[in-house]
Amino acid sequence: MAPKLPPTYPLEHSATTAAGSQAPTHHAPPRGLLRWLLTTNHKEIGSLYLIFSLIMFFIGGIFALVIRAELFQPGLQLVNPEFFNQMTTMHGLIMVFAAVMPAFTGLANWMIPLQIGAPDMALPRLNNFSFWLLPVAFTLLLSTLFMPGGGPNFGWTFYAPLSTTYAPPSTTFFILALHIAGISSILGAINIIATILNMRAPGMRMMDMPLFVWTWLITAFLLIAVMPVLAGVITMMLMDINFGTSFFSAAGGGDPVLFQHLFWFFGHPEVYIMILPAFGIVSVIIPTFARKPLFGYPSMVYATASIALLSFMVWAHHMFVVGLPLAAELFFMYSTMLIAVPTGVKIFNWITTLFRGSISFESPMLFSLAFVVLFTIGGFSGLMLAISPADFQYHDTYFVVAHFHYVLVPGAVFAIMAAVYYWLPKWTGHYPNERLAQWHFWLSVIGVNLTFFPMHFSGLAGMPRRIPDYALQFADFNMLSSLGAFLFGFSQLLFVLGVVLCVRGGKKAPAQAWEGAWDLEWTVPSPAPLHTFETPPVFKRPTP
Amino acid sequence: MSGGTYYVPATSRWPILGSVALGIMMFGIGMQLVYDASSIIMLVGLVGILSVMGFWFRDVVRESRGGLYDTQMDRSFRWGMGWFIFSEAMFFAAFFGALFYIRTFAVPWLGGEGEKGISALLWPDFVPQWPLMNPPDEAVVGPRGIFSPWQLPLVNTLILVTSSITLTVAHEALKEGHRKICRNWLTGTVLLGLCFILIQGLEYYEAYAHYGITLEAGIFGATFFILTGFHGVHVIVGTIILTVMLVRVHQGHFAKENHFAFEAASWYWHFVDVVWIGLFIFVYVI
Ligand SMILES: [Cu+2]
Repeated sequence: MAPKLPPTYPLEHSATTAAGSQAPTHHAPPRGLLRWLLTTNHKEIGSLYLIFSLIMFFIGGIFALVIRAELFQPGLQLVNPEFFNQMTTMHGLIMVFAAVMPAFTGLANWMIPLQIGAPDMALPRLNNFSFWLLPVAFTLLLSTLFMPGGGPNFGWTFYAPLSTTYAPPSTTFFILALHIAGISSILGAINIIATILNMRAPGMRMMDMPLFVWTWLITAFLLIAVMPVLAGVITMMLMDINFGTSFFSAAGGGDPVLFQHLFWFFGHPEVYIMILPAFGIVSVIIPTFARKPLFGYPSMVYATASIALLSFMVWAHHMFVVGLPLAAELFFMYSTMLIAVPTGVKIFNWITTLFRGSISFESPMLFSLAFVVLFTIGGFSGLMLAISPADFQYHDTYFVVAHFHYVLVPGAVFAIMAAVYYWLPKWTGHYPNERLAQWHFWLSVIGVNLTFFPMHFSGLAGMPRRIPDYALQFADFNMLSSLGAFLFGFSQLLFVLGVVLCVRGGKKAPAQAWEGAWDLEWTVPSPAPLHTFETPPVFKRPTP
Repeated sequence: MSGGTYYVPATSRWPILGSVALGIMMFGIGMQLVYDASSIIMLVGLVGILSVMGFWFRDVVRESRGGLYDTQMDRSFRWGMGWFIFSEAMFFAAFFGALFYIRTFAVPWLGGEGEKGISALLWPDFVPQWPLMNPPDEAVVGPRGIFSPWQLPLVNTLILVTSSITLTVAHEALKEGHRKICRNWLTGTVLLGLCFILIQGLEYYEAYAHYGITLEAGIFGATFFILTGFHGVHVIVGTIILTVMLVRVHQGHFAKENHFAFEAASWYWHFVDVVWIGLFIFVYVI
């Protein structure tokens, strides 16, 4: 049979069409809404991620304030317990999957190509797809609140059988929404890995990459490894609910504890997914404002990789009281404590970078320094929780709530804010209003500590988490926490104001907006033009 | 390393349409499962996704044949496909992990073994065994019998292993520029894939009709169907991909040294084959 086309297809054959088809890249993008729907540009998609995450941060924040308003005093005042449970669940889900994770992905989209000298992400259309799955997923998730029987009410960890046998009908929609969000994360992570491994400027070795790029590379690996496990476990839930299987039901030979093992095999790496990019951000900002190169760059990379690998063998520290064999209790206790070593290396390196630096305290630096101090507090309470016999006392109390909010709010969220203040000049061409940013910082620091520090005490005194009412002896600590939460919540309006003002105007920023900043993104103009590094820059290693 | 010719498509309507279609499909599945709504919404979403995939891949094929892709783009595709398969491996790992946990810990503990004797209080007469023919609670009816691994499952194993070999022969032929040989061996691979799907369908029929192995038949049925079911879906998808490759080989899309689509399809097929070997050993034999 005669072939319709020559069997080999030479590349030169269509060199002219190639040039012709490439030209539209440089045409003006479509205007209006369509531009944002169809874009393949990493900067536009990065902005979409960041805006989406900010909106979700406020929605999740409102849920948190409903919780704190109800807990302001003992007794039931504002909401009924069923709705309270939906609020704790939705607050967790939205903050983890719709606020923190997309914020980091947005920063990755904006900054990774700029920091490695790439023209765009490796797979630009897939990038757009990854983003637009998120609004779809979380519209579906939020809509469960309005369904008969209410939304998910079993906590963000959705333990079976609470989330299967005893769950509201909307749980199926919750599972499907989480599937969409998971697909988004996996595809986004694949794109980030391909970009970092394949798109670096000529001359840039792996060990030349800024730490934000390194930490994201490792985070993306974690995402690809554990998001499918989450997909697997929620699929089993879906089957148990709708098709009569017995995965998590002992009556049929299954085991509810199996759910917890699978969930936390995903869940523990998930917390590192939310903190490793934060480590990267802080490792970029602290050297800039200390005007010194990062102390111990290689050890930072190895520490990050060790944390990621260890994160796969510690998951059952969330399950000490579920009835594990003694050997498992011991193994997971010691492996968890081991993580303190690489984490300690990182804290040591940040502090040593500061040592004898000529430090200035602009808002990105303030947030980063607060990160180092407050994240360390969260790390230490984590060590306390890792001690299996002690955890029998702490488990499911407000001490746990204090612990993970210390690593996530003044940890992950502060790092995101530091990153926004740090890179806003590159994004908008204007410096953010420093006075406003400093107000935002100090109110946030006070609000965060007022909210979460008392929770250590109420938790140690025995107050259980996820309850709408509590014994009288916890009243004072709870009132403080609620006051702090409202202070923190409302001071975030200053953040929005600062960002909006910065987009609209402000002091003009040069290409190198910060004196001590030496990464590649500071070699392109501020604001960064829509297309950068179309011809790759030649990377020169900075000589100290 | 960047070479300066990296192709960045201007805009594309397929991602946003694909997201919306996926949302419609998921909503439709939910409506059907929870409220017994008709499957129309789900089907609309499914058709939407399939058409978007068709158009999206058409664009990629056109760009590739238009010579817009350089070797760097080729590496991006390779990394992308490789990590995608890794994510699929982790998806199956979750189900294999569940199976191992159930067999090694959960079922013996239910029978009162080891330190977990307290589990035995609920169903004191329960005798642990695998395959679990006697779920602890009377409300759950266990399977009446199980398959011999040395009949249909063995046939299916031989079919898939053979198909991996025929696919490799087809690939080697393509690399040497023997398009006709490639086409023939690829046709054979697709036919073997179809045989596997048919036999698996037959086995499911047997499971329900004669052996009482159903989704409701306790943990054995659950682990059996989730592992073989998702594997079967992957074989179906793989067969579709290989069929598309067959059409493209027929149309002469692939060059001797430049045919990553074909390679990606074969990576995927080999991966599905490896998963089956695991299934055959741990679900059927042991
Ligand atoms: Cu953990």
